[in-house]
Amino acid sequence: MARVRFREASIIPGFRLTFGFTIFYLSLIVLIPIVGLYIKTFELDWERFQAIVTGPRFMAALSLSFGASLLAALFNVAIGTVIAWVLVRYRFTGRRLLDAVVDLPFALPTAVAGIALTALYVPQGWFGRFFSPFGITIAYTPIGIWIALVFIGLPFVVRTVQPVLEDFNREVEEAAATLGAPRRTTILRVILPPLIPAILTGFALAFARAVGEYGSVIFIAGNIPRKTEILPLLIVFRLEERDYAAAAAIAAVMLTMSFVILLAINLMQVWSYRRFGNG
Amino acid sequence: MKRLISGLVLSAALSAGVAVGAAQAQDVKLVNVSYDPTRELYRDYSDYFVKFWKDKTGKTVEISNSHGGSGAQVRSVIDGLPADVVTFPLEGDILGIEQKGLINADWKSKFPDASSPYTSTIVFLVRKGNPKAIKDWDDLAKKGTVVITPNPKTSGGARWNYLAAWAYELDRSKGDQKKAQDFVAAIYQNVAVLDSGARGSTNTFVQNKVGDVLIAWENEALLSLKEFGADYEIVVPSVSILAEVKIAIVDKNVDKKGTRELAKAFLDQLYSPEAQKIFARNFYRPGKPEHVDPADLKAFPKVKLVKIDDVFGGWAKAQPTHFDNGGIFDKIYSKN
Repeated sequence: MARVRFREASIIPGFRLTFGFTIFYLSLIVLIPIVGLYIKTFELDWERFQAIVTGPRFMAALSLSFGASLLAALFNVAIGTVIAWVLVRYRFTGRRLLDAVVDLPFALPTAVAGIALTALYVPQGWFGRFFSPFGITIAYTPIGIWIALVFIGLPFVVRTVQPVLEDFNREVEEAAATLGAPRRTTILRVILPPLIPAILTGFALAFARAVGEYGSVIFIAGNIPRKTEILPLLIVFRLEERDYAAAAAIAAVMLTMSFVILLAINLMQVWSYRRFGNG
Repeated sequence: MKRLISGLVLSAALSAGVAVGAAQAQDVKLVNVSYDPTRELYRDYSDYFVKFWKDKTGKTVEISNSHGGSGAQVRSVIDGLPADVVTFPLEGDILGIEQKGLINADWKSKFPDASSPYTSTIVFLVRKGNPKAIKDWDDLAKKGTVVITPNPKTSGGARWNYLAAWAYELDRSKGDQKKAQDFVAAIYQNVAVLDSGARGSTNTFVQNKVGDVLIAWENEALLSLKEFGADYEIVVPSVSILAEVKIAIVDKNVDKKGTRELAKAFLDQLYSPEAQKIFARNFYRPGKPEHVDPADLKAFPKVKLVKIDDVFGGWAKAQPTHFDNGGIFDKIYSKN
């Protein structure tokens, strides 16, 4: 049996230093707070923990948070890919401006986004008034939550797909055309496959961001228990009651679920690289 | 690794130095941690107090007022926000800080009127012409009325709203607690948006035009009327609750910072005739109305006001019974 070595010999110097720094930094910024969160959770006995994370209100908030985030991330995948395509493939006046606009959801404080979206989508707001005659209410319903999550998640997909599309080898496309492939086949079988890893990354980022989002959602959600109450709000309630262990328990469950989902996406990515990757 | 450690030590030393420098400059600073709708009030009062302190001691004091939902504000103080004084909408908030040992247990006897320089109550704000003909609490429980109130979990004012509704039904049913609970549950069935603080609910009702009635602090309702008078009306219910605002010195913090004298003066002056006038101007009911122009008192109609100590056995009892995790407020929402 070959001895498993900690690292392959590399001709680039500085491994020890950079690796040490990476571990140190990740521990300081990411791992220690998260480990602390799990340790705090262990202050609860099993029965209390179970009561917290299986109650009907918790389950309702859980499915709302993860469901709305999933739908928002999927929507962003479709729209974000189209936007990336337009920005990369076409030349038009105002392209740079449009390109910059995509990043705005990053820059805007999320509370501002939430308040602005709410004002637009309430029944008497600029957009909301077009929906209310049909009996559709957007603000203070799950649809409003979804809109806020779409807003904050948009840049992730655009910014991950865009560079891949920019580097895309035009010759391959031309080869497909000369070999007689119709445009549809070229898009589906030539252009899309190499984009899949980037799209998955964008999806994962948008999804993860949406699950944890609090600032913007809280304004547009309505926050009615079992209807429009998101998981992060339940955490805030437990904090207000100064029940830090219960807050940590909810956060730990959220984190674990997100981690499993992100890991699954990562594995899918590895698979898709092998399957479609041009490397 | 050695270089890394020495770097860390250096940066730790630097940040410690910065902290010391900051502490020295903070000598004549006072931090007042308050609740959501008192922004205008404490801005006015701080202007008055800065002048008062300058005349008295010749020193310039810088006052920073922190506002937010009282639940979060309490937590900030417990978690280390260096508040010198706290001015909160209900006794329960200060009890929470007292339990953590930051405030001495005798705080309520330190200032006149059980440490309550002004009061307020809960009224309704409705749209012009009162299209849903809302007159009293029972109109809020009717099907089809859309009610806006903040979340009692995060907002002190919202807890007063809830208790006022409870007190009304208790009064009407001659003390039937079960009926009171069903009544309050019926009102919360009609709530469309539970914002985290009183100001958020006012915005939802006034700016976003959602709902038929806002259950609000009297001061918030009067302020909305002042700013958007033409569009709203105030409805005063037959019974409401006397919302006793509470103030306290954060003993542990002032002893550490050496600001006790300043903090005490800041709260003492809340009982001065000038401060009482400032309260009335900002639509809070002054504790000593004799100092205030009768014209400014006209804004406050006579209401039958019940006291929390009489009906609910005080905050120490009302908080766990109604608002803590698993309390009656949670039960109301776990039924349907």
